[in-house]
Amino acid sequence: VKTLKPVNVVIVGGGWTGLAMANEVTGRTSLSVLVLERGAPRSIAEYAEGMDELDYAIRLRMMQNIAEETITHRHSPRDPAVPVRQYGSFLPGSGVGGAGEHWNGISFRFLETQFVLATHLKEKFGAAHLPENLTVQDWGVTYNDLEPHYWRGEQMMGISGKAGNIGGEKRPGGNVFEGPRRNEYPLPPLRSTDAGLRFKNAAESLGYHPFPTPSANLSEDYRNPDGISRPGCVYCGYCERFGCMIGAKAQPTNTLLPLLVSRKTFAIRTGCWVRRVVHKGGHATGVQYVDANGQEVFQPADAVVLATFTLNNVRLLALSKIGTPYSPATGRGTLGKNLTHQAGGASTRIFFDHSLNAFMGSGSLGMMMADFDGDHAFTGSEGVLRGGMISLSSLGSRPIASFGAYPGGSVKSNWGSEWKAASLAWWDKVSGLGFTGEHLAYRENFMDLDPQYTDKMGDPLLRFTLDWTEHEYRQSAYAAGIQTKIAKAMGVRFDESHPSDRRYNVVQYQSTHIQGGAVMGTSPGNSVVNTNLQHWNLPNLWVIGASAFPQNASGNPTLTALALTYRAADAFIASHGRQSKRSG
Amino acid sequence: MKRREFLILPASALGGTLLYTLAREPVRLQAQNGNVSIPLRFFSAAQGRVIAAACARIFPSDAAGPGAPEAGVVIYIDRQLAGPYGRDKYRYTKGPFVASTPEHGYQGKETPREIYRAGIDSLAGFADLTAEEQDNQLRSIEGSTFFQMLRAHTIEGMFCDPMHGGNAGLIGWQLIGFPGPQMSYRDEIDKYQGQSYRPKPVSLQDVVGHPVRGWEEEKDT
Repeated sequence: VKTLKPVNVVIVGGGWTGLAMANEVTGRTSLSVLVLERGAPRSIAEYAEGMDELDYAIRLRMMQNIAEETITHRHSPRDPAVPVRQYGSFLPGSGVGGAGEHWNGISFRFLETQFVLATHLKEKFGAAHLPENLTVQDWGVTYNDLEPHYWRGEQMMGISGKAGNIGGEKRPGGNVFEGPRRNEYPLPPLRSTDAGLRFKNAAESLGYHPFPTPSANLSEDYRNPDGISRPGCVYCGYCERFGCMIGAKAQPTNTLLPLLVSRKTFAIRTGCWVRRVVHKGGHATGVQYVDANGQEVFQPADAVVLATFTLNNVRLLALSKIGTPYSPATGRGTLGKNLTHQAGGASTRIFFDHSLNAFMGSGSLGMMMADFDGDHAFTGSEGVLRGGMISLSSLGSRPIASFGAYPGGSVKSNWGSEWKAASLAWWDKVSGLGFTGEHLAYRENFMDLDPQYTDKMGDPLLRFTLDWTEHEYRQSAYAAGIQTKIAKAMGVRFDESHPSDRRYNVVQYQSTHIQGGAVMGTSPGNSVVNTNLQHWNLPNLWVIGASAFPQNASGNPTLTALALTYRAADAFIASHGRQSKRSG
Repeated sequence: MKRREFLILPASALGGTLLYTLAREPVRLQAQNGNVSIPLRFFSAAQGRVIAAACARIFPSDAAGPGAPEAGVVIYIDRQLAGPYGRDKYRYTKGPFVASTPEHGYQGKETPREIYRAGIDSLAGFADLTAEEQDNQLRSIEGSTFFQMLRAHTIEGMFCDPMHGGNAGLIGWQLIGFPGPQMSYRDEIDKYQGQSYRPKPVSLQDVVGHPVRGWEEEKDT
């Protein structure tokens, strides 16, 4: 194994959190930072050529090549685990910018109660009324701790939305259930579609509080505090699973990378597959990786930051034998515990009597309501502890995926002339009511290394032991009931939501919001990293991203992962940045 | 080296379609009368006939408009199977292969190429049956991995960008009113509410101003 020239900081993963950390460290200190990215470089030119549904939305060209590495899944420790052989329930990205290139741009702050969930649930419902296998935890940081970091992220990305709570004052038209913000969003909301307005009117008629989805896709041209200018969204509809061809969607490559490439202390190497964090005597000494030429090398560093997707943060710790693997039988160990996947079972298809022009849209264009988010609407008698948000999204529908939707029971066969006629008659008249729910953490849902299946290097795959519980089933059924009320108020034909799967399904796309496994907390007994995302056992190893979330909020995680990274960067610089360039 | 096979189709079905030859050279078919020979990359001519006939029953040409034959769906499928997708370059294919529950999806060892070969063998003589007999035979295999794949590929071939060999002459997009990749709807997004807006469809090549190659053209490594 060849040893390379040492650097001060090596960051594994070139997505949102890795590049944000690199930007903080190189912008505020003189430390040298090297980012190792497994995938390829990205350029805006390739995104225009990538406006192709087949290659990008169906064949998933921007995702990690699952042939090289996947996970295995089992519903319980009693079942054999099998590999996820083709992508389904989640889609990990690859390449510079990571999944931050092909995300939708939906940018939430989490509820205040989410950060103190264990304490809050006990207070509200009483410990005796909680499932005995519940393992939710307080994060160790509060919403108020994160508020300035959220605001930094929102300004950097140019989030477009409508605040519902500024300094405790409720603002109609925004999300009145959210925590207090110090400021209105940097930009006003995106424009509304026909279907979105119908949802808004119906929800308001029922006394709910709909608001426009907060979006990292700019509603107007915007210059952020770093001096980076980007144009407003053109609603082309090639957003989810695509890179933005004009840079209207905030992506690491159009917000952070332009700042980084001009700095002499920054370097990024692509095609580098990190296999181990090397450590000795309670200290990380660097990382071992296979470079783009297939050569195994050792990169020494004073500090190591793991900034990959949840899956690989946890897997790299396990492969490197850092920390104690979690055991559901004893409840001991912390590495791998509290695996969660944002719940989203309830889905009601709605049918209009006119065309929606639904090919126009944007990844985070939509209307939502949080009236059943958190637990402010629940008394304990509903059988639901925590809910989620109901939405109507106008993501931009494309013909391969959207053809073949019609009211249930319209035709017998799903092929042939009758099917074709029904599909043609209903094409572009179909929308849906969605749901994103909190996923609580349970003792039996966790990650460890698979004893049998391996990646292309021969290293063990990560194994998920994950299933839904009665709570997610009830939560989904409750949300479906609200969706039915809204569909009726909209005056549209609709197909009632199917009862959600009792069993976790790896085939059906759900979201790429998989969290936990290297959770943050207040003591080495309950967490892998401290509240600064610094590893409890190795003080010069930092593990950033959604792997630190103790449980899954209803909102999408990117903005919170970024806010935690900004907060971690302050602590990182205080701890390692002796050669500080400037203060504050 | 495989002998070069051609699919013979009525030219009227495929006027002005851009295709790639085996040498990966673009060729524009202009013939309006008679038959055209389309070089196949994966299928034999006989296999191509079976798949073309099956696609024509899944997405028929009928009173509601053109279907799989006019869109060149069989050409699309031929190119997909010849490319990296057909040999499972982007699927996890390490063993052991064990049967599991439906929640774990397709767990088989067979690649799309192998699934098609076996599926076509099970449809011997299919192209010469009556439409009703063809429908009955397809109905008898509806639950198979092969049929589900063929049905999905037929829809893909109807509505993909024409660079992939299907949706010839944008006929699938014209059929439904999908405008293709457009550079902007900034001025249209909140106009036309309650009424349909149907700009003339464009292909990706039209939009970016030069040919774009699909993933299936990636060289095997």
